[in-house]
Amino acid sequence: MTWMTVVAWVAGGMLGMAAILTVVRAALGPSMPNRAVAIDVLVAVLVGGLGVEAAYNRHTDTLPILVVLSLVGMVGSVSIARFATSDEPDESDPERIDGTEGSR
Amino acid sequence: MRLFLDIASAFCLLSGAFLALIAAIGIARFNNLFSRMHAATKPQVLGMLLILVGIGLRMEAWSDLGLLVLVAVFQLLTAPVAAHMLGRAVYRTGGPDHDERIVDEKMPAD
Repeated sequence: MTWMTVVAWVAGGMLGMAAILTVVRAALGPSMPNRAVAIDVLVAVLVGGLGVEAAYNRHTDTLPILVVLSLVGMVGSVSIARFATSDEPDESDPERIDGTEGSR
Repeated sequence: MRLFLDIASAFCLLSGAFLALIAAIGIARFNNLFSRMHAATKPQVLGMLLILVGIGLRMEAWSDLGLLVLVAVFQLLTAPVAAHMLGRAVYRTGGPDHDERIVDEKMPAD
């Protein structure tokens, strides 16, 4: 039990708490953009966890996973922002009823 | 030398994990979307870069540095795009705090 083990456990514990809190927000989040932000942070926390593990064990097997996560993490937010912007589409706005979204 | 590198790496890893925890607390407790986006940027950029530096300081071969730089570059490229598109879409559809804004430079006068 070297001091580096303690460091890894403390960092892992903080990252685990962070993951739990972001999952709670993704479950509660009142609208889809809130969930997208929470999932973005969850991806960042995941990269951090894999990174702490790789640094502790001095191996680099998981680094390609970090590359993929940092690239793919964007897709969720962008697609939600593009297609699911509002939870309650207001019927009083005429340009949303006939399907044309204006300059959006 | 090795001990010094390990200490620096441990500092970077702990700082990155601490930033992630702070941001998660902010995400769970802040009450509207733009405040949560403000908290969300901390682990996405600075926290992740700190953890990548922490990995780099404990590496044993220089050849792994390329992948780390690649992760950092991709994260720095994609995180602003996602945040920009999300904030823009929410802003265009009214947003959560429509009446609480002090300065609103883009809203048409109606």
